[in-house]
Amino acid sequence: MSTVASSTRLEELGRSVLLHRDPTRVVVSVCNGPSCAASGAGQVIAAFRRELKRAGLADAVDVKGTCCHGFCARGPLVVVHPERTFYRQVTEKDVPEIVDTTLAGKGVVDRLLYIDPATGEKIVHEYDVPFYKRQLRILSGNNELIDPVKIEDYIALGGYSATAAVLDGMTPQQVIDELKRAGLRGRGGAGFPTWRKWQACHDEPGPQKYVICNADEGDPGAFMDRTLLEGNPHSIIEGMLIGGYAVGAREGYLYVRNEYPLALQHAAIAVRQAEELGLLGEHVLGSDYSFRLHLIRGGGAFVCGESTALVASIEGRPGEPRAKHVHLAENGLWDRPTVLNNVKTWANVPIIMGRGAGWYSQIGTETSKGTMIFSLVGKIVNTGLVEVPMGITLREMVYDIGGGIPNGRRFKAVQTGGPSGGVIPEEYLDVPVDYEQLSRLGSMMGSGGMIVMDEDTCMVDIAKYFLSFCKFESCGKCTACREGIKRMLQMLTDISEGRGREGDLERLETLANVVADASLCGLGQSAPNPVLTTLRYFRSEYEAHIREKRCPAGACRALISYEIVADKCNGCGVCRRECPEGAIGGERRVAHVIDADKCIKCGACYQACRFDAVRIGGRDHVHASCS
Amino acid sequence: MTTAAIDLAKTDAALAAYDSAEGGLVGLLQDIQAEYSYLPREALERVAQRTGLPISRIYSLATFFKAFSLEPRGRHVISVCLGTACHVRGAGVILEKIERELGVRAGHTTRDGRFTLEVVNCVGDCAVSPVCLVDGEIYAKISVTKVDTLLKRYEEP
Ligand SMILES: Cc1cc2nc3c(=O)[nH]c(=O)nc-3n(C[C@H](O)[C@H](O)[C@H](O)COP(=O)(O)O)c2cc1C
Ligand code: FES
Repeated sequence: MSTVASSTRLEELGRSVLLHRDPTRVVVSVCNGPSCAASGAGQVIAAFRRELKRAGLADAVDVKGTCCHGFCARGPLVVVHPERTFYRQVTEKDVPEIVDTTLAGKGVVDRLLYIDPATGEKIVHEYDVPFYKRQLRILSGNNELIDPVKIEDYIALGGYSATAAVLDGMTPQQVIDELKRAGLRGRGGAGFPTWRKWQACHDEPGPQKYVICNADEGDPGAFMDRTLLEGNPHSIIEGMLIGGYAVGAREGYLYVRNEYPLALQHAAIAVRQAEELGLLGEHVLGSDYSFRLHLIRGGGAFVCGESTALVASIEGRPGEPRAKHVHLAENGLWDRPTVLNNVKTWANVPIIMGRGAGWYSQIGTETSKGTMIFSLVGKIVNTGLVEVPMGITLREMVYDIGGGIPNGRRFKAVQTGGPSGGVIPEEYLDVPVDYEQLSRLGSMMGSGGMIVMDEDTCMVDIAKYFLSFCKFESCGKCTACREGIKRMLQMLTDISEGRGREGDLERLETLANVVADASLCGLGQSAPNPVLTTLRYFRSEYEAHIREKRCPAGACRALISYEIVADKCNGCGVCRRECPEGAIGGERRVAHVIDADKCIKCGACYQACRFDAVRIGGRDHVHASCS
Repeated sequence: MTTAAIDLAKTDAALAAYDSAEGGLVGLLQDIQAEYSYLPREALERVAQRTGLPISRIYSLATFFKAFSLEPRGRHVISVCLGTACHVRGAGVILEKIERELGVRAGHTTRDGRFTLEVVNCVGDCAVSPVCLVDGEIYAKISVTKVDTLLKRYEEP
């Protein structure tokens, strides 16, 4: 190994980058992540460029379009560095004022500041916003400092220095030992200790081995992996580079979900730039280690997120899983020893190597180290991407970071682990989030999807939703999964449409256990989880559907009806205008009426009415906030 | 309806960039689909011929993955997200509304060839759910009431 070479090469690189950087330089970081882009961040960036030119500041201030900053609910977000002045919901029209006040002057635009709903106070700096305060953003925090198509940005933050240090001074076994001390576990689902996979592959003989990054992110309702890959692709490449060195692989595959075109684009640019700088390819940083990285586009099948199915799909075969006794560490891609890890798992590697296992293992709980990134979505005020130390409670996630439930509704449950996971009810909100605790509750950590549900969400409907997802995605290879899920779904559909019978729940449980036991891969084995957990925590809700033919949450459309309460309706006409079917009639200032034959039960009138005059028949609760 | 119109040069170009040793047969089919908006039979036959793989093998991929269509698609493709975040915020009724407006079920193309309606399980924009994509362009926080206006944007003269 030609030591010194790597670190000097990188230092030179770093110097040339930093030469052009001044830490006191003003940088306007505009979040152009998926949600902000959908609310006009692109125009905001263009406006900053235009306005800075007008103000004669084009050379003094940098404008950076970055990927997700996390606080999606309040996007588009603008952060002015180095002070980290934080503006939310910025539009094109706000830009001239920000340029004049904050960039030309040193003032703050009051009206664009975030207001803490608890105290009513205006908050100037990003780090004081409650949403960010409880987080520990070691993986995702750099997103707002990085223009993802510029490798210089990553290098300026110390990127690739972990690689240089590893290549200069550590043997592959030392890298694996460091990983073991750090206690890193897989972030893709089951939380398998990462070092064990690496060790097994390392110990296999043979010159041809592979590392694979699983960026198939199939969990519907989750976008952590997308954000990392779009926002900081080099952190993943660097993780794979180090992993390849540790296990003895000279080739890697980055398998990206087809539905993420921008992630693919950023990954492709990042790979090319890393190649140009000698960070990928022959003799990485002048050392003896060579590593090539290929990009692969998925074909849009959830089951391909399963490791053996993913391998099959790279090999150009349909993504059907193999039996679990086949270990990738021995018979992986093209039958060679292979390590496959999730995006977040890989992104943790350079951080551990850079800052040391000692530092890393202080974060988290006894069994679960480091941080976890969750996408916090559903019925929650602060939707967004959240990175927290393992061990934080669900209550802190939902209330302190998430800001609680919108529209004065009540919390009902949170769902983690996607179609393989389960729901967790209110009584367990104080449980610390780690791998063991979530499994104990019948759910799982999964890949980081966290969907919050309120009293309007029906648990039978949720179970039905996940089963229909799994039925659609089952590859059909094994009978238990293919047929069992279909029959379970049929029972749930009957229950949700008022055809449930006594004994259905017991039959459902029996079948669920058979499917879990007899399926070939994780898809079928875990598909019953949403059913089993909703049955465990919300059995009475199922019983109301079966015995009373009633949906207490007011969600199952076959069991509800919308009515206008004449006493409360003042004939304002809002519902009439909102109704997409023209099913509501009535004179102005006179109580309106819904034509049940035309009504499609979409709920538009219910959401639109400000006088609580629309009632859902069959439901349990009346909302306090509306009355 | 398609035979004469297929320009196989595009398939050949995609094949030229394909390296069987690196995997990526799925990627090759995606490149071909990007050219034609679907996978024409002629193109798949060409792939089989050039790669030496049986045509059944190519079809096993083309039918397994949801990204592929064996039929020509409409001039605009609408994908309604039915992922969990979108589901709990009412994506189901939105899909039904679009189905009724267009007179086709998900997975089909309108008779005039204007729209193909598809469903997708999460596009990673969950924070602004419910969402749908039209020709890859994202529409955030859609509602049944906004469906009409949305479709009208793609009305052709
Ligand atoms: C049906 C199914 C779908 C899966 N989807 C994903 C996925 O989208 N992303 C992922 O990282 N892991 C997924 N997994 C888990 C992988 O099989 C594998 O355990 C994981 O990627 C290993 O990486 P880790 O050790 O870093 O967690 C899935 C598993 C199953 C059974
Ligand atoms: S669930 Fe619809 S975008 Fe994720």
